Amino acid sequence: MKRKYLAKDKLYALKKDFPSEMDFDDTLEKPTLIILKQQVFVEIMHTLKIRYKFDMLSNITAVDYDDHFEVVYDLANRTNNEELMVKIALAKTDPNIPTLTKLWPEADFQEREQYDLMGINFLGHPNLQRILLPDDFIGHPLQKSYKQVEKGGISEK
Amino acid sequence: MEIVDLVPEVLKNNVMITTIDGLFKWARSNSLWPLTSGLSCCAIEMMCAAAARFDLARFGYEVFRPSPRQADLFIVAGTLTWKMAPPLKRLYEQMPEPKYVIAMGSCANAGGPFADAYSVVPGIDKIIPVDVFIPGCPPRPEALIYGMLQLKEKIRHPEIVQRTAK
Repeated sequence: MKRKYLAKDKLYALKKDFPSEMDFDDTLEKPTLIILKQQVFVEIMHTLKIRYKFDMLSNITAVDYDDHFEVVYDLANRTNNEELMVKIALAKTDPNIPTLTKLWPEADFQEREQYDLMGINFLGHPNLQRILLPDDFIGHPLQKSYKQVEKGGISEK
Repeated sequence: MEIVDLVPEVLKNNVMITTIDGLFKWARSNSLWPLTSGLSCCAIEMMCAAAARFDLARFGYEVFRPSPRQADLFIVAGTLTWKMAPPLKRLYEQMPEPKYVIAMGSCANAGGPFADAYSVVPGIDKIIPVDVFIPGCPPRPEALIYGMLQLKEKIRHPEIVQRTAK
């Protein structure tokens, strides 16, 4: 059965609980949550898991904008075949966000990937190490500001 | 008196005389044992080369070994990332001497389309010494077979590839 996005009107109840902490991204056709305050991030995600039965965190990714990072979470409800996208902006100087491994264990590798490639720090992650790149790699290559470091004596360029 | 004259008349037509080196080169070049190892799509062509249509066994090179300790030819078939470089080098070091390396395809030769990427080694000769480079993306099985025959020539006549001093 094909998955569909969670209808916006189902989210109004959540908006009532967090009036100033969350908002909708109206630039997108599908209803997308934006979390405005980091303090309630885990609380909102917890509510989405318990009340809205989003039992799977299917994807974590991150975007490097001019003035901030944005971490994007894709949640899935496998009973009703519903999806929801949640976004949160992080300051470039302080790209820290609490880990979701306690709510969704599958967040483990995906958070490590975002740490590896984008340099997002997931606070409280049990094993926040590089996953795709070698352990001695310098920098986070998907950041727009990334400059390739010459391999000492190995690379000819 | 030539050494040939020492051979009794009855053996003259049954015995060939050569050097130990020549004998070993002949034996090695006719029976390369490649390591079963593939990094990406070039490995598919390598498998084709060993399978029925191209039949690498015609040349005596069909004994792909699953252990580096039993192999003397390392066909690096595919893209080498920096993450994979240490295991690759370890495999090479585990192979007994004499050993030979074929860099198969553009990626193994020089990084291919990923030459500028942060994650890809721009040519496996940055990591291990290479005997034969086979261009192509990927090279056809015929190209791999031709490369192995070039390696055969190199093993038999190492003097033809020795670098002249500048």
